[in-house]
Amino acid sequence: MNIAAAANEDMASISNVLIYSAMAVYTLAFLAHITEWVFGSRSKVGRTAAALTQHTVTAPPAAVTVTATRKAGGTTVLERAEVTTRSATGRRDVPDGPGAAAGDEKGELYGRIAVSLTVLAFLVHLGGVVARTLSVQRAPWGNMYEFSTTFSLVAVGGYLLFLALGKNIRWIGLPLVTSVLLDLGLAVTVLYTDSDQLVPALHSYWLWIHVSCAIISGAMFYLGALATALYLFRDRYETKLASPQGKQPGPAASSILGRLPAAASLDKFAYRINAVIFPLWTFTIIAGAIWAEAAWGRYWGWDPKETWSFITWVAYACYLHARATAGWKGRKAAYLVLIAFACFIFNYYGVNMFITGLHSYAGV
Amino acid sequence: MPKTTMPPPGTAGESPDNSRNPATAEEALGAAGAQLSTAPLEDGGIAALGLVGWVRWCWRQLTSMRVALILLFLLSLASIPGSLMPQRGTDPAKVDQYKADHDILGPIAEKLQLFDVYGSVWFSAIYILLFISLIGCIVPRSWQFAGQLRSRPPAAPRNLTRLPAHTTWRTEAEPEQVREAAHRLLKARRYRTRAEGEAVASEKGYLREAGNLVFHVSLIVMLVAFATGQLWNSEGGKLVVEGDGFSNTLSQYDDLRSGALFDREKLPPFGFTLKGFDATYERTGPQKGTPRTFRARVSYWEGADGEPRSSTITVNHPLEVGGSKVYLLGHGYAPVVTVKDGQGTIAYQGPVAFLPQDSNVTSVGVIKVPNYLDAKGNKDQLGFQGVFVPTFGGAGSGSMFSQFPALDYPVMALTAYRGDLGLDSGLPQNVYQLDLKHMKQFTDAKGQKFRKMLRPGETMTLPGGAGTLSFDGVKEWATFQVSHRPGNGLALAGALTALTGLSASLFIQRRRIWVKATLGEDGTTLVEIAGLGRSEWSRLPEEVAAVALALRPDAPALPAPQDSTPASADPAQGARP
Ligand code: HEM
Repeated sequence: MNIAAAANEDMASISNVLIYSAMAVYTLAFLAHITEWVFGSRSKVGRTAAALTQHTVTAPPAAVTVTATRKAGGTTVLERAEVTTRSATGRRDVPDGPGAAAGDEKGELYGRIAVSLTVLAFLVHLGGVVARTLSVQRAPWGNMYEFSTTFSLVAVGGYLLFLALGKNIRWIGLPLVTSVLLDLGLAVTVLYTDSDQLVPALHSYWLWIHVSCAIISGAMFYLGALATALYLFRDRYETKLASPQGKQPGPAASSILGRLPAAASLDKFAYRINAVIFPLWTFTIIAGAIWAEAAWGRYWGWDPKETWSFITWVAYACYLHARATAGWKGRKAAYLVLIAFACFIFNYYGVNMFITGLHSYAGV
Repeated sequence: MPKTTMPPPGTAGESPDNSRNPATAEEALGAAGAQLSTAPLEDGGIAALGLVGWVRWCWRQLTSMRVALILLFLLSLASIPGSLMPQRGTDPAKVDQYKADHDILGPIAEKLQLFDVYGSVWFSAIYILLFISLIGCIVPRSWQFAGQLRSRPPAAPRNLTRLPAHTTWRTEAEPEQVREAAHRLLKARRYRTRAEGEAVASEKGYLREAGNLVFHVSLIVMLVAFATGQLWNSEGGKLVVEGDGFSNTLSQYDDLRSGALFDREKLPPFGFTLKGFDATYERTGPQKGTPRTFRARVSYWEGADGEPRSSTITVNHPLEVGGSKVYLLGHGYAPVVTVKDGQGTIAYQGPVAFLPQDSNVTSVGVIKVPNYLDAKGNKDQLGFQGVFVPTFGGAGSGSMFSQFPALDYPVMALTAYRGDLGLDSGLPQNVYQLDLKHMKQFTDAKGQKFRKMLRPGETMTLPGGAGTLSFDGVKEWATFQVSHRPGNGLALAGALTALTGLSASLFIQRRRIWVKATLGEDGTTLVEIAGLGRSEWSRLPEEVAAVALALRPDAPALPAPQDSTPASADPAQGARP
């Protein structure tokens, strides 16, 4: 074994230590999030969240104030325009819930701690992926272990980016951190593969392009799917509230769902993320086809991986169509997103493990 | 630059442009809300009776969004079996295996075309219907869109406050002046504008619709490209041993598949010689034996008398020659042998390709010697069955398995037969198998089956003076796939325009803004600005506000008569993280 190889092995073990550390920090973030939710449920705002929602079913149109500073002859003038927004008729005008902490001071503190811990975990996780990259001296997604670790890294990165941009997305923190822990757990136990180079078929710069796009698409679709799942719960909750004579949501459901954003906000968030990522996913498939053309002599051969990418793509196209079709908006379209994301996941785990095709990786 | 705050989520609601329920806000908005998209109308009822009416109804159903949605869903469902069942197109051997293993399911699957899903009647039916639907949808939409491009933005609805985003203020500027300023300003913001009555109507984002049309048309282009590739393609395989060559004629292929309209007699003239093949493998670590590089060094020529040129072919880098591409698919070893017959003359000499059986290239093969004279000078035929391992792990393990894929310690083990090879039976023969029906195995002096292990350079002598076989050395061979696929360029162009169109249709927002200026009873002018966009677009209020702010210098706001909304006191109001 030469010196370079030894250095690579060192890097590989550093990477493993960092990934385990990241898991530990994610676990702390998870606990902090749980604490935030628990404190939030005790808060007054949290307890009255349901009632609050009920009151505002007939909320007046909301006003948005937009201000601009303008230099007028050396002095700064503050200009203001107030824009009234309203929903179309037949839509519930429900405001967003107060968030996990529901205004509770301690809850808010733990929420902030959870986010800080997530940032820390993300950095450690990033270090782990970078060390792995240095160790294998190629893109860090040559096998399922590497794909999984990079995938959850990108998902968390996307979440933190949205937070940094000031988007209302803290509500996704708990489910996201939970599933990242599951993903990493699966990666280090079942999928672990020692750091190594690739078989010749994977030696191509298309590996960088195609797989990085696939990972980003998957991670963002994942955020979209999480939001959609929450939308389905929240939508049922709002529907129950809107018909006071029908069955009402239980106290636990009210406490949790009442603190989530309104169904319409969740739906819109999910739609936007899916719509923005759909072209990237399309590009991923095109890039894969170009690569396949170079490697196997045909750009499309209905290999299982290709087939499932196509199925995923068509499923998301279905969703986008459903949104434009009367009678298919809302819940039905939401089920389509979940189906589409399930196809993505199956393409990743199922096809690699249960179906043999040309796309088999090094290792698992 | 305007500093903007986000609208409270969940309040900017669904715009009515797509809802086809007449009881919604659509009616209230009238023409103003119409056709913000050109999605086809959903109509359920059967309109007119009679054949023409019925055909028309069917057509309208087929080209409706709902049916497009169902067909898309069916298409994805229909692709699933193809990924679970072995497919003849990709792996015919697995199909045969499956049929051998499943007595009952096999024939049923065959009947249902489950081994050829993507060419099956039912799969084709779905995508043909989908594409008819697409064409039936796209053509009228294109006309409609062309019409919209020529027409002007629709007039303002009566009540601007009903629109999803709305703002208003009073000013001392003349209404005429405000409208003119609004006109100029919207034009500068690249809105299409039109003055009508007391309002200025404007619209922007037509590129969205154009993008959507381009995307759907590109899908059709891609389908055409795909069909072209299927009908005119050819794909052939060829195994070439180091030092040998290939020229592109029908007889040279080991197998050649081609599309229905491909002319097999008119193959373009080109060829190549395999000068050498290099392979390296991982030597240490858990992935020991995994291939690291495969490289075929070739010299190729093109045209009737083209100059030979050198090149290399690697896994991801095919050779492009004569409108075809030559891909490197696999490799293996070919032991070089010399067989002398009972008379001592050379009956066979040359490399014999052995087929790899596992990742360490344990290979099996046969050597056929059809022209052979035995010790007495009688005509006979010889056959050898052999196992070749590039790295021999040592005797004693019973069966022979290679320990490593590189040529570290090559060993070949052979058993020998004599008799009729069956080459004259007229039936096609597999060059990698011996037909033992009319052959007899050599036995040694003790009556045991004759078997011998050879290292390169060694010679084995057949019992009874039947001749010798010497193992002269080992060459590598490589398999190549020669593909000719028209329509690739078209498919790529279609894919890229589809991507461009799709991005335009998802990222560009089509929206309308109306500015109304009316003279109030108190002599001041009431300015109203309202906007309409698609429901998913959250920045409509910001856009309306930006227009409002830009209009302020020409229409300075008067203090509101009474402060009705407390929000105006606090500029931070309405801002949510
Ligand atoms: C071949 C399969 C098809 C695919 C992959 C596909 C894909 C898409 C996608 C991704 C969108 C989203 C664009 C957006 O939201 O603005 C879209 C929109 C649209 N598609 Fe398709 N489509 C297909 C077939 C069809 C067919 C057959 C029709 C006609 C019945 C159709 C009509 C439309 C219309 C009208 C829109 C715009 C919806 C709107 O304006 O809101 N598509 N399509």
